[in-house]
Amino acid sequence: MKDTLDENNPRKAWMGLLAKAPEGRVAALLDEAIARPAFNWLRAPEIGTTMVRARAGATGAPFNLGEMTITRCALTLETGEVGHAYIQGRRKADAEAAALVDALMQTDAATKLREVLLAPLEAESATAKAARAAKAAATKVDFFTMARGED
Amino acid sequence: MYVAVKGGERAIENAHAWLAEERRGDKGVAELGVAQIREQLALSVNRVMAEGSLYDPDLAALAIKQARGDLIEAIFLIRAYRTTLPRFGASEPVDTGAMACDRRISATFKDLPGGQVLGPTFDYTHRLLDFKLAADGEVAEAPSREAAAGDVPHVTDFLNREGLIEQAPHDDTPPPDLTREPLEMPADRALRLQALTRADEGFTLGLAYSTQRGYGRNHAFVGELRIGSVPVEMDIPELGFAVEVGEVTLTECETVNQFTGSKTEPPQFTRGYGLVFGQTERKAISMALVDRALRWEELGEDNVGAPAQDAEFVLYHADNIQATGFLEHIKLPHYVDFQSELELVRKLRREAGVDQVAEAAE
Repeated sequence: MKDTLDENNPRKAWMGLLAKAPEGRVAALLDEAIARPAFNWLRAPEIGTTMVRARAGATGAPFNLGEMTITRCALTLETGEVGHAYIQGRRKADAEAAALVDALMQTDAATKLREVLLAPLEAESATAKAARAAKAAATKVDFFTMARGED
Repeated sequence: MYVAVKGGERAIENAHAWLAEERRGDKGVAELGVAQIREQLALSVNRVMAEGSLYDPDLAALAIKQARGDLIEAIFLIRAYRTTLPRFGASEPVDTGAMACDRRISATFKDLPGGQVLGPTFDYTHRLLDFKLAADGEVAEAPSREAAAGDVPHVTDFLNREGLIEQAPHDDTPPPDLTREPLEMPADRALRLQALTRADEGFTLGLAYSTQRGYGRNHAFVGELRIGSVPVEMDIPELGFAVEVGEVTLTECETVNQFTGSKTEPPQFTRGYGLVFGQTERKAISMALVDRALRWEELGEDNVGAPAQDAEFVLYHADNIQATGFLEHIKLPHYVDFQSELELVRKLRREAGVDQVAEAAE
């Protein structure tokens, strides 16, 4: 079981990256990189939700926090690879692009896509996160002790 | 009871046409875009997502526009839309310990690992109207400083190490879901937390305040308040493993409450928990206080009869869509009901001889 998990880790990582990419970004990078291959839908893009769960006291028993919108789809390339997408929001075109990338990452196109699509997405996400973290850090309180007057 | 009344179609159509015109307001003033609402009225958007119980900032912004800024009406629109969507599954419980914090403060420890990070807060502003905003003002870029890497630990972890605070032991009981099964008493904590996180902010705030003023007093400190984003991971059955499907911004509040011990529990600090979609800190703090008050039974405390201790009272009245639905329905035609009431009052007056007295006086 552990082996299967490890084996799936790269795919988990790219699917997560694709799910969180800003609107239109995956499609733009994909179309810059390659001509889209032909494919057949296994499941046309559909909009739904997932129930987001959390834990009481952050670590205790789970409870239902509320839902979030999700778009999902699945497709198969003519060469047989199956691509899945589960992405945040109501974004059918983005789901299609994400599923195509997921399928193409199982083909010879993987090296190229990793370089021109996944790497830039990851870098952009890291930059955005770092910028936010840096603004938060600037609001960190530096306490100092006031010297008491001696008399 | 209300019956179908015919004849109002034209009036209703015209009322809706006028509503649309009034919603738009003066056409000499630029129309408000959904993206503007999403970006510039973000705290309204957050409230609509939290109480609408659907995380989607664009939809919440659209609902606010359509509802002319009436947030409860907007929440109603979101709840209605949600029922049209299929649910693909449930996420793994989010890990708030791995939150990318915009804000993280503690009222109980000054020098805590990770520090006091104020974030984009109204605290310490002077609450003076800023007339510069009435003119269009450019905003300067906020300052940055190098950030420390790594997760920010929860404050309760430090107290846990000394054994001074109640633990929240890991548990994987599948939670009940009030959107699937009607809310019934007794409600376990998971169900209460679900009801509270989508509860009306004003109602929750009022109840929380009542506990501070002495109605079920349990003296709460904000052990920690944090706001930031967490990834949401969901199991994908067709793949056989979980993937991140997105990110949500959450506000989490953990209270640390005085507790002198009870028949069943030793003296220690106890905890209340608030977790709400978006940057919604008033609501999250309120939720934590009400959660703590509702825990009296499991902590072996006395029920002092305070409203905030009464789960049935709290949970059955906290949902603003249920409340407004029932409240506002009384303005709809009740002609037949009222006709029978009229008949009844006339009959009672006849029996009491009131009408004869009135006649005699003439």
